[in-house]
Amino acid sequence: MGLGLLASRALRSSRILRSPSNGGPTYFLRTIVSTPELNNADAAAAVQGNPPPPPDLPKRNPVGGARVHFPNPDDAIEVFVDGYPVKIPKGMTVLQACEIAGVDIPRFCYHNRLSIAGNCRMCLVEVEKSPKPVASCAMPALPGMKIKTDTPIAKKAREGVMEFLLMNHPLDCPICDQGGECDLQDQSMAFGSDRGRFTEMKRSVVDKNLGPLVKTVMTRCIQCTRCVRFASEVAGVEDLGMLGRGSGEEIGTYVEKLMTSELSGNVIDICPVGALTSKPFAFKARNWELKGTESIDVTDAVGSNIRIDSRGPEVMRVVPRLNEDINEEWISDKTRFFYDGLKRQRLNDPMIRGADGRFKAVSWRDALAIVAEVMHQIKPEEIVGVAGKLSDAESMMALKDLLNKMGSNNIFCEGNGMHPNADLRSGYIMNTSISGLEKADAFLLVGTQPRVEAAMVNARIHKTVKATHAKVGYVGPAADFNYDHQHLGTGPQTLVEIAEGRHPFSSALKNAKNPVIIVGAGVFDREDKDAVFAAVDTIAKNNNVVRPDWNGLNVLLLNAAQAAALDLGLVPESDKCIDSAKFVYLMGADDVNLDKLPDDAFVVYQGHHGDRGVYRANVILPASAFTEKEGTYENTEGCAQITLPAVPTVGDARDDWKIIRALSEVAGVRLPYDSLGAIRSRIRTVAPNLLEVDERQPATFSTSLRPEVSQKVSSTPFTPAVENFYMTDAITRASKIMAQCSALLKK
Amino acid sequence: MFGRLAAQRLNEIRTAFRRTTQASRSFSTALNYHIDTPDNNPDLPWEFNDANKEKVKEILSFYPSNYKQSAVIPLLDLAQQQNGGWLPVSAMNAVAKVIEVAPIRVYEVATFYTMFNRTKVGKYHLLVCGTTPCMIRGSRGIEEAILKHLGVKRNEVTKDGLFSVGEMECMANIKKKDARILK
Repeated sequence: MGLGLLASRALRSSRILRSPSNGGPTYFLRTIVSTPELNNADAAAAVQGNPPPPPDLPKRNPVGGARVHFPNPDDAIEVFVDGYPVKIPKGMTVLQACEIAGVDIPRFCYHNRLSIAGNCRMCLVEVEKSPKPVASCAMPALPGMKIKTDTPIAKKAREGVMEFLLMNHPLDCPICDQGGECDLQDQSMAFGSDRGRFTEMKRSVVDKNLGPLVKTVMTRCIQCTRCVRFASEVAGVEDLGMLGRGSGEEIGTYVEKLMTSELSGNVIDICPVGALTSKPFAFKARNWELKGTESIDVTDAVGSNIRIDSRGPEVMRVVPRLNEDINEEWISDKTRFFYDGLKRQRLNDPMIRGADGRFKAVSWRDALAIVAEVMHQIKPEEIVGVAGKLSDAESMMALKDLLNKMGSNNIFCEGNGMHPNADLRSGYIMNTSISGLEKADAFLLVGTQPRVEAAMVNARIHKTVKATHAKVGYVGPAADFNYDHQHLGTGPQTLVEIAEGRHPFSSALKNAKNPVIIVGAGVFDREDKDAVFAAVDTIAKNNNVVRPDWNGLNVLLLNAAQAAALDLGLVPESDKCIDSAKFVYLMGADDVNLDKLPDDAFVVYQGHHGDRGVYRANVILPASAFTEKEGTYENTEGCAQITLPAVPTVGDARDDWKIIRALSEVAGVRLPYDSLGAIRSRIRTVAPNLLEVDERQPATFSTSLRPEVSQKVSSTPFTPAVENFYMTDAITRASKIMAQCSALLKK
Repeated sequence: MFGRLAAQRLNEIRTAFRRTTQASRSFSTALNYHIDTPDNNPDLPWEFNDANKEKVKEILSFYPSNYKQSAVIPLLDLAQQQNGGWLPVSAMNAVAKVIEVAPIRVYEVATFYTMFNRTKVGKYHLLVCGTTPCMIRGSRGIEEAILKHLGVKRNEVTKDGLFSVGEMECMANIKKKDARILK
């Protein structure tokens, strides 16, 4: 007799010992299912075999507003979920059918944006005439299938799976950062048993070093492989893998290797347990203490939708919000982790540079008075305004109006170059739209490295290339791509070759059904910008890129302010205005080249960070950052979105537009608006599309209306527009986390 | 009262069952992650020799050209044979290059199968069956004897590089009491 038999006898005897008539305290009883009849699957099935439920079931709502889209109405099939009939298109899985029927199936490994693994087994449901419970995430729904999600068999199956998952999962929820938003925690509460039978040692797994952003506690991992699939399918870096077998299985990179992806932070969100958590956020706050503010990211021109989680006056973390048209449910690492820059190097008091070259804090009244006084002493044409890359549309409108009232029209937005083409909106936005890129089958990237310029756009291209094997041609300096591409050349001559049909890639473009050309905004700063755009226009014309049903001619902008600035007409009157300027108003502009600025020029820096612009400033006016104000930003595809204040601003800082409004009062050129609403009605007269919030406004006229240019392209190769992905603006340059990332990048 | 006694007894039985505090890990010869050593690191050059290059071509010819990755197991086996019974990380990288996949996809396969040895083994790699019937018939004693005779621990190589001892799963040789495999 084996010892196992002995043990089971002991178990049985303990059950006998418990007298049901006792009525006293319940004694120790080792069984996993609380209702004994469930132990017998046959009996449970028999109970279930009752007459079918009445057809007049209450109407159920799809989970999370899931919508059904029938690509072909003939392919609709009907399945029954818990007796409730639901029409779904062919090819949907059982789990998706249940979602449409309003039943949320528990799952760990299934993620609707990743491939199906079917290895966690949590989504087991009962299907009539099937001998065993089936994994609903991997099972295609068949016509007339009778799915039962609430039967004893399904419940018992889930309970069993949950017990196995918890077998090797540590009981460290109190010190786990995922606590409170953990799928395992929630689902074990909802579907698990109140006890487990495992008494052996739990396994432990060595933690992996995935870099400064993702903290790993691999012992907590339940091997759902979501991160492995995310890395190879969405991020496009094949670094992570499932190593080993059986109970020794673990996620890792095998060789010591950091996850070199600009989207690596998303594994934190998709990890259903606390195995992958945010390193900067570790042990900082609990998720139920945080206030979520739905806002917009401004670190690049994509305008990813984010939720800013704050506690009191501090931004604790940034997480993505779902927006199918822009960022799906991912955000780049820069968006997710730059927030600590909001706490460092902030300007909190108005300051004036004294004769000794040191800044002295003054009151708002004094600072504005000095600026107004100096402004009036300068000739109007020597006044220049520069909007920074993080400026919102309202403050840019106010700045432009102020300068116009002073008699100057020398105002521009950094990154747009000195000859921006603001007349044709289609000439500077992404006409295909970000989600439209998925329909493309050939890409021509001109002087742009989307991976560092707009990581979310790159993720779309990667998705398209992965799905349709679209051809990608790239003209520009050697760059890092995470999909197959052909490096066609480094300079604009290659463009001319393609335009004239001499290049091998032109046949690929010609044969493509939906070709896409993406021009990087780095081209704006080139001398031969017009010639480059003319060459691109020729390519577009020869290859049918712009048609009534398809517009594949795009410009990929770099900064959040660029599109709105061009919409508002922030175009300098003369391209040499900086060289002769005596008064420069920098509104958060840190990257504008001030080398040629005369030494006696008076520089006002209005902004939130003591960054490059401050070195030259005579007066500092502290402004609030985008997390502290309401402002409209237009992203690269022409979709206006609004940020909302999540935290109070620091010190004595004010919103940008309020400072300019106050300055106009002091200077005696009062601007006619006192509220955001009033500024917006002013914007309505200039760029009404900026008021259509959250809705992409396509450009009306095509770029074919552009005037002919006689300029010839130069032989200078394209230069990278973004040197360091992690540090592109004042906030990210102040961030410690971003500094760590860039240090790793340089290695 | 009785309930508590029964629980106590049950616990005693459990404790008796529990062997060591350290749960045994996988049977393969190495950890599931790589640690750089002088004789095993990604910087070491490794290539199929000329005879094996022919074999690589032959193996690849069995699979459609767009499913080259199917050849991963035969190629790893070939690499292991060429390298004296074990697979250094650079050999796995070489295989990954041949079948045009990311190295991690090869590591995944190599760590899954226990007969791919990812650390150095002796010229004669002794494997003692650790499955229950053999264990009951005294395979542990045999293993101990071998280890004592060779003066090494499990998964260690003798100083002369001739022998190493490991544990393996059932070889269906139960009738012969105990199975050892020489490689």
